[in-house]
Amino acid sequence: MKIYADNAATTPVLPEILSVMLPCFTENYGNPSSIYSLGMNALRAIEKARSQCAAAIGAKTNEIYFTGCGTEADNWAIKETARRLKREKSKTEIITTNFEHHAVLHCCQALEKDGFTVKYLPVDEYGYITASQVADAITDNTALVTIMYANNEIGTILPIPEIGKICREKGVIFHTDAVQAIGNVPINVVEQNIDMMSVSGHKIHAPKGVGFLYCKNGLKLDRFMHGGAQERGKRAGTENTAGIVALGEAITLATAGIEDRQAKIITMRDKLIKELSKIPASRVNGGVEDGKRLPGNVNMSFIGIEGESLLLNLDLAGISASSGSACTSGSLDPSHVLLALGLPHEIAHGSLRLSINEYNTDEEIDYIIETVPKVCAKIRAMSPLWEDLTHKPEMFERFAPQLSSIN
Amino acid sequence: MLYSEKVMEHFASPHNVGELENADGIGEVGNAKCGDIMKMYLKIDNNVITDAKFKTFGCGAAIATSSMATDMVKGKPVSEALKLTNKAVVEALDGLPAQKLHCSVLAEQAIRSALSDYYTRQGIDPLPIVGEIGECASCS
Repeated sequence: MKIYADNAATTPVLPEILSVMLPCFTENYGNPSSIYSLGMNALRAIEKARSQCAAAIGAKTNEIYFTGCGTEADNWAIKETARRLKREKSKTEIITTNFEHHAVLHCCQALEKDGFTVKYLPVDEYGYITASQVADAITDNTALVTIMYANNEIGTILPIPEIGKICREKGVIFHTDAVQAIGNVPINVVEQNIDMMSVSGHKIHAPKGVGFLYCKNGLKLDRFMHGGAQERGKRAGTENTAGIVALGEAITLATAGIEDRQAKIITMRDKLIKELSKIPASRVNGGVEDGKRLPGNVNMSFIGIEGESLLLNLDLAGISASSGSACTSGSLDPSHVLLALGLPHEIAHGSLRLSINEYNTDEEIDYIIETVPKVCAKIRAMSPLWEDLTHKPEMFERFAPQLSSIN
Repeated sequence: MLYSEKVMEHFASPHNVGELENADGIGEVGNAKCGDIMKMYLKIDNNVITDAKFKTFGCGAAIATSSMATDMVKGKPVSEALKLTNKAVVEALDGLPAQKLHCSVLAEQAIRSALSDYYTRQGIDPLPIVGEIGECASCS
């Protein structure tokens, strides 16, 4: 059995999305900047996609700027806004959280080198922050608040409308990375007080290599790429017509009928969490409160197990999953998200993220439930750390408050 | 990140997993904080390593290097096992990704740590023979 349970990393392009893309390569291939009909047809397709993206989030079409990915949208929003406010208003402070995606964290760290002060609000043990934490952190020197809509590793959904309201009241620009939330949480940028928002296509069945930045009208947005006049002169470079067309189609599908889709996904997710929690010395990472966790996200830790060997063994059994963020797989450090929850390294190293969607089946969920305990037992049988824990329970006590029973 | 086929072979079916009840030397290196612990057991008769086993907590590379390193010292005289380098383990595995090279260092250190224990049990000071085991550079 081959099971794809890493939809938070990326998703396959749906056939109906591929079918709208293909003509962009072979028939409607004109440069959207060209004046003849072939060019205008391509431009028309892009503008249709822009309307689709705008409609999906309650924005106006001229508030959507296409980018090469979600990371680019984050870089644009955070770095250009911060630099502009430093230049124009001498504001040098940024507020974010300590468990953002690296696309946001590393932008903030780059700005620290340019003289900005960044306040990393600590999340609680379940991975939440409150709007009042944000309110308390804002000062007259705050240039920007950037807080993710939903966490990519542990799936917690943050109180974005409330945070946005605080920022409005205090006159501070608010950006959110909604890459994981889009298609999972109903988003309306007007009702939810969002000034800027990053979205990526490949998490919602468009191809890799396309995303957009929403920027509210009236808010100045500095040019990100110098060159031609594309994206109203702010992001030069010949448009990725096929990708953009796909994104328009994908976001329309992803944001329609969110609630209808979710019941099935939540049932599968909760079954996974319930059954995998029976593995001794395990824990669920992130909150489990209704409506505050992404429907498809499961994140667990198993002590005595190292995440990468868990993933490789699951792959041998046909299951594609992730240990924390796939972007961190090149590093040796355990996930900064799990460390932000206050977990010790020993527990953070042994994490498993399963991210499912409506295309997963009950049979697949049962197979995962059957396979993960076997793989854990196999790895623990050769783990000197597990051996120490089972022979010296006093060592285990150190981790006990954060784990289920060892027996 | 890309593992060689050899690494995946040793990861999927590691050789020499387990413990040796009457081991003549046991070595343990690494720590849970950095995510890798290797424990090696050696059976030594007449200065020849007649059996080697390991238990490892760690990534794919940690398990594959443990498997390969124990293979490489089994049946060898102690004097030869002392010359085992992490580089030789990496070469035998057809290479390791750069960020995983430290696992091969751990495998070399685990063997040396077990040999050090062997000499200590014989009442022989291991330091002049085995040298300092040292800390893994990634952990310090």
